[in-house]
Amino acid sequence: MALDQTNDAFVEFQRVQKSYDGETLVVKDLNLSMPKGEFLTMLGPSGSGKTTCLMMLAGFETATHGEILLDGKPINNIPPHKRGIGMVFQNYALFPHMTIAENLSFPLEVRKLGKSDREAKVKRALDMVQMGAFGGRRPAQLSGGQQQRVALARALVFEPELVLMDEPLGALDKQLREHMQFEIKRIADNLGITVVYVTHDQTEALTMSDRVAVFNDGRIQQLAPPDDLYEHPDNSFVAQFIGENNTLEGTVKEINDKIALVELDDGELIDCMPVNVSKPGERTRVSIRPERVETRKERLNPDAHLLKAEVLEFIYMGDIFRTRLRVAGNDDFIVKTRNAPDTVRLTPGETIEIGWLPEDCRALDA
Amino acid sequence: MSDATETGRVLSADGTPLKKSLNRALRVQKMRALALIAPLLIFVLVTFIAPIADMLFRSVENQIVSDTLPRTVAALKDWDPESGEVPDEQVFDALYKDMFVAQEQKIHTRVGSRLNYENVGMSSLFRKSGRAVEKMGDLYVDQFEDLNDAWGEETTWVALMASPAYAQAATGWLAEQDAAKKAGQAFTKAPPAFEPAPGIGDLLPQTAEAFGQFADFMRTEEEETALDDEPWTLVYTALYNDLTAASEAGIAAYSGPQADLLKEAKAAVATFESASRKAQFLEADEDWGDVGVWQTIRVYAPRYTPGYFLNAVDKQLGPDGITDQPENQQIYIMLFKRTLFMSMVITVSCILLGYPVAWLLANLRMRTANLLMILVLLPFWTSLLVRTSAWKVMLQQQGVINDVLVWLGLVDDANRLIMINNQFGTIVAMTHILLPFMILPLYSVMQTINPSYLRAAKSLGATNWTAFWRVYFPQSVPGIGAGSILVFILAIGYYITPEIVGGTTGTFISNRIAYHISSSLNWGLAAALGAILLAAVLILYWAYDRIVGIDNVKLGG
Repeated sequence: MALDQTNDAFVEFQRVQKSYDGETLVVKDLNLSMPKGEFLTMLGPSGSGKTTCLMMLAGFETATHGEILLDGKPINNIPPHKRGIGMVFQNYALFPHMTIAENLSFPLEVRKLGKSDREAKVKRALDMVQMGAFGGRRPAQLSGGQQQRVALARALVFEPELVLMDEPLGALDKQLREHMQFEIKRIADNLGITVVYVTHDQTEALTMSDRVAVFNDGRIQQLAPPDDLYEHPDNSFVAQFIGENNTLEGTVKEINDKIALVELDDGELIDCMPVNVSKPGERTRVSIRPERVETRKERLNPDAHLLKAEVLEFIYMGDIFRTRLRVAGNDDFIVKTRNAPDTVRLTPGETIEIGWLPEDCRALDA
Repeated sequence: MSDATETGRVLSADGTPLKKSLNRALRVQKMRALALIAPLLIFVLVTFIAPIADMLFRSVENQIVSDTLPRTVAALKDWDPESGEVPDEQVFDALYKDMFVAQEQKIHTRVGSRLNYENVGMSSLFRKSGRAVEKMGDLYVDQFEDLNDAWGEETTWVALMASPAYAQAATGWLAEQDAAKKAGQAFTKAPPAFEPAPGIGDLLPQTAEAFGQFADFMRTEEEETALDDEPWTLVYTALYNDLTAASEAGIAAYSGPQADLLKEAKAAVATFESASRKAQFLEADEDWGDVGVWQTIRVYAPRYTPGYFLNAVDKQLGPDGITDQPENQQIYIMLFKRTLFMSMVITVSCILLGYPVAWLLANLRMRTANLLMILVLLPFWTSLLVRTSAWKVMLQQQGVINDVLVWLGLVDDANRLIMINNQFGTIVAMTHILLPFMILPLYSVMQTINPSYLRAAKSLGATNWTAFWRVYFPQSVPGIGAGSILVFILAIGYYITPEIVGGTTGTFISNRIAYHISSSLNWGLAAALGAILLAAVLILYWAYDRIVGIDNVKLGG
């Protein structure tokens, strides 16, 4: 991946490696650069190295190799408490023996702020997360969502320019989580802070971030804005990990700069966008999003390749229909169609023809 | 189906009140729970609670004085201790009777020892008087026997004092014994119980009482009958008293066995030489002329006494009420203070040494932590005596540490450090021994403190120290509390280690308790000291509960 050496980079990882045991690398050659004010999410399965990266940035882990820069200055040798980075922990880490107000006051006290100053800032921060009335309570007396807000307020109260969040919504139920996603995004935008957010929830990553870094196996697989990531995955891991995805395996038969002709394993031919295939004869995994599959051929180009599909299952999900098909030997080929008045409800056992636009179908690594 | 009757009581399906059926259902559960703990409960009650309660009860028990000297105690009620005069002849007479019986039973030294705790010298006074009291009646024995040899015969006495039934039974018993002896058989039959002759109690009250005691003594202590031995000299003395006091007419009217002998004696008794009991006692030991001795007996006559507790706090109960012990005998308050002080020093040392270890254990990887935990627990599997003795080897003047210091030239050979048989030695050894009791609760509490708290504190700008002191330490306080209670309560009652390495300046109150239990045999005082120690621990526990709250004490996650 190219090193983005722009001058306005606020946080920068340069060839960072990390190993705990001296035998295996948890983070392999990480390069990342983010400008001020960006909301960047590190997304990946557990063990992919995303939390380790966050901890290195926070100063709780040291990089085995490479340089981490904050605002242009290397911070490898700066202890965590001097980095001035706000952090929200997965379990909130609110100090149980202090009240909410004391928790918020703590970072201001260690910065030796005056009492009236502290009180004003604590009040402002609590009001920002609508927790102004709870200053006298202890963390144990609050619900999970309330604790989460307090943890956010505490990470922001000393006005850091960079805030790290380590799966902060992991312990909340779905509805609250969606609400908090929106709220965190709003506060971050209002304050103009830079946020590095770690999660394994791809919906969270897509809805909140300016850019998402997809981690796997100690490397960033793709670093891109959410729409890019979803629509133009760079490799099959990203395609699989982000959203729902249908894959078909085959071999490249012909290739030019725009279109690759792929012969699927059962002999059928389809047109694809070549992403990381370069010459005929290469094995490839073709990726197509369920909602981009067209079941009505009148909507497709007349010369488009069509595939035969057998309907296996039809699930009514309210706003959409989810149909499971058998396509080219794949029993798990999903098609999502909008519940519109003119949408046909398919019945299991029926055989239909499906197709798609060549640019929606990406030939990725095998 | 309706659940409620018109009266509003809720009924269960079969019509019984719901409360009743609930109680019945719960009762089975309760009984089962009780049955499960019953063996342990009974074991603890029998082997632990009951002996302790019995032992603590001894701290107020004082029956020995009134049980051994009943007549004296009664007679002393009329004596005015403020008068400064020794009690009169009547009291001495009562003392004579009590002492005679007691010395026959060989228990007079016990009451002597008991009173000796309160007034030094009374032990030897009683021992000496016990020997003398036997001979005090010889005067009368001789005179009665001079008057008529029959007074020297056991049969005479039995005929006079005992009921005919007893005389017959005793004769029969003796014959059986002889027969068995001749046949070479073992003879186990119990001697017959004594019955006084009818009317003799009215005629010769003192004699009847004395003879009755003699006969009972012969039966229970010697397993013989009154026919086996001449009566005690006490009986002769009592007879003299009775005859002197009895009216002529009363004796003349007597027509029972040995009436002639009795009448002869009554006629002669006026001419008998007599002796004052008071003079006899004073001759035996002049301390009987000391008012203080009598005051002590009077003060300690009640069956229950606060005396032991007062002694345990360096006070004493005397005729003038509660006073301080003489300065050179005041040691218990000092010992209590020393015990508390040293226990606190040991507790604090355990916190200082144990906290970093517990922190390390809680923050290491599981495998390493387990290995270190074994090292912490290793002392538990070694005998306490061995560990304490090891400290003796380490700390003594010719010991390992001194040798090393001398070898390094840090200490002059002539001025080797004295590190044992003093407070220092006790504190060092006990800190070592009690350390695991601090580390374990600390460790289990620290294990529950999420490391993210420290990280959070640091990310908020706290230095390592601030993060520890403001965030980590307050959360580990429950562990410190639990460990401190454990160590302090164990330390305050520790015995073996101070005994071995404590010398004179490093001993605890428990060593004094042990001394009173096993050497001075002043169990009452030992019990009082133990009760105070127990109360002190309970008060401290209560205070801790009020200040810190016992709910904040955690022995585990």
